Amino acid sequence: MAVRLDKPWIPLTAEGVKQLAGHLGVYQLANDAGDIVYIGVAGGRSLFGLKGELEAQLKAPPAGATQFRVEVNMAYFTRHKELLGAYRNDHGGDLPVANTDVDVRMLGRLSPG
Amino acid sequence: MDLALSDEQRMIVDMVRRFVREEILPLEENLDPDADELPPEELERLVAIVKEMGLYGLDTPPEYGGPDIDLVTRSLIAIECSQHRAGLYAPCYYAFGGSRQAQMFEATDEQKDKYLHPMLRGEKRVFFGLSEPSGGSDPARAIQTRAVRDGDDWVLNGTKLWISGADRADYGLLFARTGGPGRKGVTCFIVETDWPGFHVRRVVHTLRSAKYATEIQLEDLRVPNANILGEEGGGFSIASERLSRQRIPYAAECIGVAVKANEMAVEYAKIRETFGAPLSSRQGIQWMLVENEIDLRTARLFVLDAADKADRGEPYRMESALAKLISSEACGRVVDRSMQIHGGLGVAKDLPLERWYRELRIRRIGEGPSEVQKHVIAREIFGSGLH
Repeated sequence: MAVRLDKPWIPLTAEGVKQLAGHLGVYQLANDAGDIVYIGVAGGRSLFGLKGELEAQLKAPPAGATQFRVEVNMAYFTRHKELLGAYRNDHGGDLPVANTDVDVRMLGRLSPG
Repeated sequence: MDLALSDEQRMIVDMVRRFVREEILPLEENLDPDADELPPEELERLVAIVKEMGLYGLDTPPEYGGPDIDLVTRSLIAIECSQHRAGLYAPCYYAFGGSRQAQMFEATDEQKDKYLHPMLRGEKRVFFGLSEPSGGSDPARAIQTRAVRDGDDWVLNGTKLWISGADRADYGLLFARTGGPGRKGVTCFIVETDWPGFHVRRVVHTLRSAKYATEIQLEDLRVPNANILGEEGGGFSIASERLSRQRIPYAAECIGVAVKANEMAVEYAKIRETFGAPLSSRQGIQWMLVENEIDLRTARLFVLDAADKADRGEPYRMESALAKLISSEACGRVVDRSMQIHGGLGVAKDLPLERWYRELRIRRIGEGPSEVQKHVIAREIFGSGLH
């Protein structure tokens, strides 16, 4: 499994989100240019898993978010941390702009090849 | 072995049990079922309570400020601390102090000033880097990470796998081959994680929700000769001492989650009715709970016996291996049966059973798999000439 998600982006629309099921996993939101603006998780307390999380994002998307991609993953907790760590490595230690819900003190330092 | 707890041990057990019930369980109601840590402020609050209890830094020797407790009491605390959802790999979310890497107490004075004391003050985190893709159970032969002397430094190259906490650590104990094959060719180095050439390449996702593993790559990592822990070629004894002693509280933690799973199964069997009668009236269920009782009592006896031998200064390598083998296997069975009694609810994330089931499976492999424990026991029976 690659450290970084490289699946194609799907438009953040009702039609796009409708394709999702209630699995647990991780997701990313991006702007039109494909820049990641948020990395989220559908964990054990998420109602309807990824579908529920993306429906909520569709109702109130972070600024600029127009597309998304998901990864079904039962190890959602560690995968979320890994994606955040990889993003920080690629962006000088910064988090995606809308990830104000993440405490960097709870993240590690990754340097994927 | 005297099986009765002393008054002090009973008081400590009661105190820790109350702490888990009043502080940890309510917090977990609002956390994700796979959560493995608390926000730093919340953890600080809990640590303050544990310090007030006089139990912070359980694995720190008293001369360094830790509580003066023996291994039997340490094991009893481990049984209590793990009785919550994250308890197996994040007992009480590390409020009793995280991993201490006992080998650091053998460091030189300079090394202690630079690494040990900041770790004890909670200012620096440490990881333990032994296992490699080539194996972890037989480090004397498996270690392929190479350290080559270059002036006052050593240059390290290689890969480490299954290393917990390396991405959050400030430094680590890293084992590399400085000589030929076998035990005498392995040396332990203290390496800082922000040195050039040290890379945490990825998180290794496993059945475990907490304390995830990582893969480390070393690319021409320069380590000063002064950062050798112990002696050149003395790394194997540093590693093996840790493995024997650590196995006992490690085995005790398995008992904690199994005790809780069994309690849940007993209560559920009393209230759940099928075909007009409670599950507890069915012989099939009764026997499962009887087998749970046997497994729990057996595991507890073997763990406390090993701890008692270690406390008395007697050889305990065999007892430690027996405790780890029996506890990890027996407690896995207890959680499996408890899950079966709960039916569909047992596999849902609504209850902690599914997490314990996943994480306990790892316990039959971590800190030396069951087969390696049997090998250790067989060597004790037949002598070290056994191959």
